[in-house]
Amino acid sequence: MSETIEKALGDDRVAMTRRLAGDIADGWYVNLGVGMPTKVADMIDDGREVMFHSENGILGMGPTPAEDEIDPWLVNAGKKAVSLTPGAALFHHADSFAMIRGGHIDLCVLGGYEVAENGDLANWTTPSGDILPAVGGAMDLAVGAKRVWVLMQHTTRDGAAKLVRRCTYPLTAPAAVDRVYTELGTFAVTEEGFRVLTLADGVSLADVQARTDAPIHG
Amino acid sequence: MDKRVADLAAALEGISDGAVVMIGGFGAVGQPDALVDALAELGPRELTIIANNAGWSAETGIPRLMDLGLVRKIICSFPKGSTVFKDLFTAGKIELELVPQGTLAERIRCGGAGIPAFYTATAAGTRLAEGKEVRTFRGRECVMEEALTADVALVEAWQADRWGNLVFRGSGRNFNPIMAMAAELTIVQAHQFANELDPNVIVTPGIFVNRVVQVDSRVEKLLAAQKAS
Repeated sequence: MSETIEKALGDDRVAMTRRLAGDIADGWYVNLGVGMPTKVADMIDDGREVMFHSENGILGMGPTPAEDEIDPWLVNAGKKAVSLTPGAALFHHADSFAMIRGGHIDLCVLGGYEVAENGDLANWTTPSGDILPAVGGAMDLAVGAKRVWVLMQHTTRDGAAKLVRRCTYPLTAPAAVDRVYTELGTFAVTEEGFRVLTLADGVSLADVQARTDAPIHG
Repeated sequence: MDKRVADLAAALEGISDGAVVMIGGFGAVGQPDALVDALAELGPRELTIIANNAGWSAETGIPRLMDLGLVRKIICSFPKGSTVFKDLFTAGKIELELVPQGTLAERIRCGGAGIPAFYTATAAGTRLAEGKEVRTFRGRECVMEEALTADVALVEAWQADRWGNLVFRGSGRNFNPIMAMAAELTIVQAHQFANELDPNVIVTPGIFVNRVVQVDSRVEKLLAAQKAS
């Protein structure tokens, strides 16, 4: 992983992103949402082959190319230049979302404003409604992928909980999230609510509960 | 059979006020930029645009159409990026139908395939399902979505032959093949004319295409402009 990403994300963000990347199995087809989730692609250790899917028609999406190797016809969902890996395939938008909606994508990693203990996800617009609403592929990905993992800070900048009993933000999809990765740990969404899978180094269950609106089961 | 036309004006002939126009592309890639700019010059009014994005720069593309007051409504998934659209939208001067991206693609595909509507779990239980028919299939709540068709599709391809067969390059395929299927009049801007394309690699068969015009792609320039904005 490059130093620039280390610096850009800060240590906590690097650690949580790396923790998520470590849980991705060899052979999975994975879609990464824009923002922090895209960094997961740089953290897959050698020895595992993971095929990254981009909603605009790419399977086998590779890293950002060097300036002189940019193909202007190849961009990712964030409209940034990307490359192709061996075994890549290109296709149109209806096929791309058939892969998503049809349950062929093993994992989708998304950012989030809020995740509720029943797996409800809010990540597309604010309660007041953005001045300009935009949804992109968020709703399709949240309902379609086999697994939905949310990668986000545990609380807002103001310290408000983002793992909540019920979402106050408009939903992207109900009961969609399987896991949440934050700087404090990894949490599964179960029938009982949030359950700890991993706690970050030096973090206690009490620390997590103090920053979480919903009950956290150890 | 020869679907090639000499220039952009011939390609766009007959597009009238009130037309529903699909425009391919995902950001700058696969966008039929020359056709859109020529449409702005032609100046039909009260257009409904169906596209993934609402563009980014006022000088070119979809925002140019909007800036000229030619667009009544846009159906898209991600209208962020264009200040032209934002200003018109906040002033209540343009209508927006916001559609999840996969639903947008499938509505277009169904339009071309003769399927009037379909059900999907996408958007069920959210604000974007309000007012839509909901049914439960296999225990899952689904929303009914109606197909989209258009009077005109503006499409970008890498290569075309005289029969209108198309191949694409990189991620430039995106919405182009499905839009080509869903319109009454499909107009293609191809980077290159080919004498004959290998039938094994054709993505869009010529049956879906009415006119083809050769235009050198400006994708590098458009990407630079997009990056700068």
